[in-house]
Amino acid sequence: MKHHVVLRVIAKMVIPVIMLFALYVQFHGDYSPGGGFQAGVIFAAAIILYSLVLGLDAAQRAVSPRVLRVLAASGVLLYGGVGLTTIALGGNFLDYNVLSHDPVHGQHLGILLVEMGVGMTVASTMLLIYFAFAGRPEERAP
Amino acid sequence: MIAAVDIILFSFLALIAIAILRMRDLFGVAMLFSLFSLLSAGLFTIMDAADVAFTEAAVGAGISTILFLATLTRTARECEPESRRNPLVPLLVVWITGAALVYGTDDLPALGDPDAPIHRHVADRYLQQSGEEIGIPNVVTSVLASYRGYDTLGETTVIFTAGVGVLALLGATAGMMRRRDEKDEEDEEEDQA
Repeated sequence: MKHHVVLRVIAKMVIPVIMLFALYVQFHGDYSPGGGFQAGVIFAAAIILYSLVLGLDAAQRAVSPRVLRVLAASGVLLYGGVGLTTIALGGNFLDYNVLSHDPVHGQHLGILLVEMGVGMTVASTMLLIYFAFAGRPEERAP
Repeated sequence: MIAAVDIILFSFLALIAIAILRMRDLFGVAMLFSLFSLLSAGLFTIMDAADVAFTEAAVGAGISTILFLATLTRTARECEPESRRNPLVPLLVVWITGAALVYGTDDLPALGDPDAPIHRHVADRYLQQSGEEIGIPNVVTSVLASYRGYDTLGETTVIFTAGVGVLALLGATAGMMRRRDEKDEEDEEEDQA
């Protein structure tokens, strides 16, 4: 769709806003609707829009699938790692109270980290699935 | 007022569902699925479930539609016309199931009933204590990430597993094929040399 000037210009204006909104949803999830899952999906949607307008190759140059694979795994690892850390600090699995001297601070820190893990995994998995489906079919034909 | 919006949204949902059943063009069906999700998101908003509405709008109306379209580009755009069979038996099954479901709703508590079983278990504790225990205004986040952190870890793992599954089926083979193509080209070059 590279030759659609209007689409390209509008997309270039909208994509940064979508990404900023994704970050807002990610980090403002404690106060307003949203959280890691929604933020991850919105972030992935911004890059999918980029890929729809400027082509799959451009999107894969911007966000390499190899990096995405690492990010998808490290999101889950971050989540599980928080759980293991709380065990190491003497609490139960995913008991954030022990993460800081003040239990409420510990909860805030734990939720922040865990939501980041969710966001990373969701955004990169959605993009990986999209890339896998959108890969040019003529290459796949036997 | 809310009842009127509810009626409008639900009638549009029913109309879209019938339209999806009758359409042959799968591109249009994918678009209607997206609309269906968007209307559901509207319904969730009316029920004050902003977090669920958010997810439905982003995943149902956004990402799934894109995935449907991406799948359509790799397969066929029209579905094959099915053979005409006697519709009486399926219709009967659908009617009986529907009647049983409607009969079942009779025992459900009314929408928003404070005495409903779901509100008498741990919901009170979440609403009253989470301010002191977690200190976060959005109780949904407190429940998802802290009280039910174990469940959310499971959900994240499910998404990761889905990604691994898709890559195992589509992504990895594509990479292997490309590598094989490159190898063939190298072989050809060697042959030419």
